[in-house]
Amino acid sequence: MKPAPFTYYCPDTLDEAVRLLHEHGDDGKILAGGQSLMPLMSLRLARPAVIVDMNRVPGLDRIAVNGDGGLSIGAMTRQRAIERDAALAERNPLLAAAVPLIGHFQIRNRGTVGGSLVHADPASELPAVSVTLGADFVLASAAGERVVSAEDFYLGYMATACEANEVLTEVRVPAWKAGRLWAIDEVARRKGDFAMAGVALWVDMDGGACADARITLFGVGGKPVRVEKAEQHLKGAALDDATLKEVERIVFEELEPDSDIHASALYRKEVGGVLTRRALGAAAARGTEAA
Amino acid sequence: MAESYIGAPIRRREDIRFITGAGTYVDDIKLPHMVHAAILRSPHAHARILSIDTKRAEALPGVVSVFTLEDIGELDATVPIRMYKIPGLDKYLQPSLARDMVRYVGEPVAVAVAESRYLAEDALDAIDVDYEILQEVMDVREALEDKVLVHEHNGTNLAGVHHVSIGDADKAFAEADYTRREEFRVHRFTGNPMETRGAVAHFDRGKGELRVYGATKLPHLNRQTIAAFLQLPEHKCHFEENDVGGGFGIRGELYPEDFLIPFASVRLGLPVKWIEDRREHLLAANHSRQVTCELEIAARKDGTLLALRAQIYGDMGAYVRTHGGLVPCSTAALLTGPYRIPNYEAKIHCIMTNKTGLGTLRAPGRVESCFYRERMLDMMARDLDLDPVELRKKNLVTPEEIPYEIGFTRPSSHPTILDSGDYASALRQALERFQYDEMLELQGLRDDGRYHGVGLSYFVKNTGGLEPYEGARMVVGEGGGVSVYLSIAQLGQGHETAMAQICADALCVPMDAISVFHGNTDLSPFGWGTFASRGTVMAGNAVHLTALQLKDKILEAAARHLDVDAANLSLEDGNIVQTGTEAPALPLGELVAHMRESITPEQGVPELEATAYYNSNNITHTYGVHLAHVAVDPETGMLEVLKYLVVEDVGRVVNPLMVHGQTVGAAVQGIGGVVLEELVYGEGGQLLTTTFLDYLLPTSTDVPPIDDLVLEEAPSPYNPLGVKGAGEGGIVGTAGALGNAVSNALGIEVKDLPLSPDRIRAWLRAREDG
Ligand SMILES: Cc1cc2nc3c(=O)[nH]c(=O)nc-3n(C[C@H](O)[C@H](O)[C@H](O)COP(=O)(O)OP(=O)(O)OC[C@H]3O[C@@H](n4cnc5c(N)ncnc54)[C@H](O)[C@@H]3O)c2cc1C
Repeated sequence: MKPAPFTYYCPDTLDEAVRLLHEHGDDGKILAGGQSLMPLMSLRLARPAVIVDMNRVPGLDRIAVNGDGGLSIGAMTRQRAIERDAALAERNPLLAAAVPLIGHFQIRNRGTVGGSLVHADPASELPAVSVTLGADFVLASAAGERVVSAEDFYLGYMATACEANEVLTEVRVPAWKAGRLWAIDEVARRKGDFAMAGVALWVDMDGGACADARITLFGVGGKPVRVEKAEQHLKGAALDDATLKEVERIVFEELEPDSDIHASALYRKEVGGVLTRRALGAAAARGTEAA
Repeated sequence: MAESYIGAPIRRREDIRFITGAGTYVDDIKLPHMVHAAILRSPHAHARILSIDTKRAEALPGVVSVFTLEDIGELDATVPIRMYKIPGLDKYLQPSLARDMVRYVGEPVAVAVAESRYLAEDALDAIDVDYEILQEVMDVREALEDKVLVHEHNGTNLAGVHHVSIGDADKAFAEADYTRREEFRVHRFTGNPMETRGAVAHFDRGKGELRVYGATKLPHLNRQTIAAFLQLPEHKCHFEENDVGGGFGIRGELYPEDFLIPFASVRLGLPVKWIEDRREHLLAANHSRQVTCELEIAARKDGTLLALRAQIYGDMGAYVRTHGGLVPCSTAALLTGPYRIPNYEAKIHCIMTNKTGLGTLRAPGRVESCFYRERMLDMMARDLDLDPVELRKKNLVTPEEIPYEIGFTRPSSHPTILDSGDYASALRQALERFQYDEMLELQGLRDDGRYHGVGLSYFVKNTGGLEPYEGARMVVGEGGGVSVYLSIAQLGQGHETAMAQICADALCVPMDAISVFHGNTDLSPFGWGTFASRGTVMAGNAVHLTALQLKDKILEAAARHLDVDAANLSLEDGNIVQTGTEAPALPLGELVAHMRESITPEQGVPELEATAYYNSNNITHTYGVHLAHVAVDPETGMLEVLKYLVVEDVGRVVNPLMVHGQTVGAAVQGIGGVVLEELVYGEGGQLLTTTFLDYLLPTSTDVPPIDDLVLEEAPSPYNPLGVKGAGEGGIVGTAGALGNAVSNALGIEVKDLPLSPDRIRAWLRAREDG
């Protein structure tokens, strides 16, 4: 389990990094926390000829609050830094709750927000959370910057809109609405494993009825799966048992997962529905608590 | 001085070294000019090798050598069967490197040696092998049809069959009030010691001697095989084990790599290192379990057991390795368990498939058979409306019936005899400690939305014996320090502590004065190894016998020195005492100093030394009970083990801390195997679980605290110490107890493992649908 030969660069600036990526095209690969890339290289499942290590590029690990109350999170921010940021948990409880579900703390110490988002493992939490939060991704290349919404970013199984010559530099998360109900839940074989199925959702209420909602599942498809039919069903409805049951059924119907060694497609459909129902229940309970 | 070292909770001497990182494992061995080997493994489950071209690889900078079977030439060797050589199996042996065909993904095809492991792996990439891919056969049922042959020239995939026949099962079935037939299946998983396999082989051209580091479990036997293969005198081959990070049956057996690395060193005249990586370990080291059983039970209406009939199918993988037919045969060996079942018939089939070879894993076959039997007993209890505990009690062999001869349940000339025990007593204590009756009240759907269940299993486990002897040599040196040299290996069990305790008691010297040395074939000419929970039984008794002899020799020497009668001398806490006199005690160290300085020719040699072997084919049997409380989320199939108890009678406890450690470790390993672990093969015979991302080991958050109760009610009558082995009792009953607990929780009948959420959902779905 030793990687194939590669050339290693450790640029000091973002400009230098994107220049290197431009120069090496498809041969180049960014190294962030290494928690996904290094195992793949050691197994020789990934054989990049050139590694561009981002760990010395300054300024990519900042968490800033935007004018509108939204967040700007540098791509190199360690997952653990999010987990430990109490102020961030106030501003975005869903994001804060998602991070501890990623692997183990040793992995989160090194693993970055950007690495998780670009690696795009379909069972990972952050891509689904970013879709549910309606986040935007800032991609830099030698040609300049462009912004892609999380939903457009994920194309298919481990395929994203990030081109070989691009670096994700920043994630912009819209402001959290006051009173928003939310939950994240998943089922994994062991604590810290990639989920067999999971869901990240929020609901905005208007009186007793749902005004708006976002429901995104992970581990149940090639990319984060937003279930708009279920969101539609929620709108205008109370979060009662009948609604929740119906949402469970809709999610079950909508999902088209694959089977793998840990769970069959049917299991994922069932559990996707169950988790969504339970998460909505947990979100509703939060509302009752707050009231 | 402690009253007795045996039985005292003494912390393991080894632990400080292991915990502080001061151990020396094989990968810590670094020799001048050492080069590194990597092994090219078959990417196909079944293929013909049309050609191998190593030229490109050999031309790479830093590559020292690349070799294939052709280079090994006349030395061509196969992995020998060392146990359970049932007829026919020897036609399915594994060559050191693939010969014309590859038969499983991971089979060694060529070896690259380079200045670093990185370069060696680069060289593997540059070896061009042309394969003609053939149809694989991955399932024993299909394999039995012989449409695809794993070894074409043998004409069949049924490599061997063994029959067990005790009493008259057919008659008992014909006359029984009650019979039931079920098919049970235990999946494929493996031991995964924390330290993978590895070897550093150093052939000293000048001296013509070979030194192999990283040997373990069976160093003498492996030396014998490798010396013969390399045509070197055995005494010029030195096998050293260093510290070892676990074995669990898998590590230390002879594998193709054990030929290849020494061969490379002899060929190159350089030290060669090979450290197995985890992917290789999962692909290439022995797999285990995967035995399927069609089991029939016959009983009277009142629950009296009359007979068992079993068809046992072992999935041997592509080659029969060192253990021969052990795994499926051991399934049959103790299928009747602790119960009085006078009629028993089993037919064991060893079947070849295109998978990695099968070998042992902690209580091989016994975990499986306990699962089948204990599940069947619960089903029978339900059918006959009997209490499952009462059913078991009724049929347990009683102390009056012991020694209880079951009959010839193994392909061996020794019958299986339950040597000692009070089985009902262990059961009673287990139920009490677990608060079984109270726990039963918890069964069913509870407030947490989960179904709770309690499950019980009863096991017996053979320990010791199997290979006839182990030896110990003891020498007294400066200051009265005692060196104990063992023939047996240690893979982390704690021999350095336990053997010192046994020695201290028999020799009557303080334990601190004793050092235990092991793991080097130079320490003794012969020895077997550490497996089948035989360490304490075999080596422990050897140490005991040696110490008694040495004590006599010490007293004789002291008698000569003091000019008194040896009969009036005794050893007490390291001092020679003249009984019934006021004469000052003579410290052992002073006797040694005297002998060293001024021994006269008449007084003989200055050395105080003894060697003894404990030689016995008798097998001891531990026994005990597992009890589990589980909860299952019916909607997700997620299983949580909430409470777990292991009760085992080990005859006599040498060190309660170590027995506790073994029991807890074994139970955790067992729970992991039953709930999480599985070696899964996919399309084209590819192994899909080749990293710890997919092969799921239990972690501390996946298991509850394990409670254990260790009993000493039935010392073995077979050996002087009365000990039985304690390494496997914690695992034997896991599948049975957990299978029963989940069945009781959900009202289903578990016949299949592992207890994964996906499977549990499938069982519940089938019930809802049907
Ligand atoms: C045992 C284990 C368990 C895990 N469990 C989970 C889990 O439960 N959930 C989960 O989500 N993850 C899990 N992970 C993955 C972990 O979270 C990784 O940290 C994450 O997936 C990748 O982040 P990284 O910073 O380590 O990226 P790296 O491994 O360095 O890179 C990953 C990929 O992203 C690319 N990349 C990284 N940063 C950028 C960037 N700024 N711009 C463009 N491309 C970039 C790299 O080129 C590479 O292709 C687990 C990992 C391990 C080892």
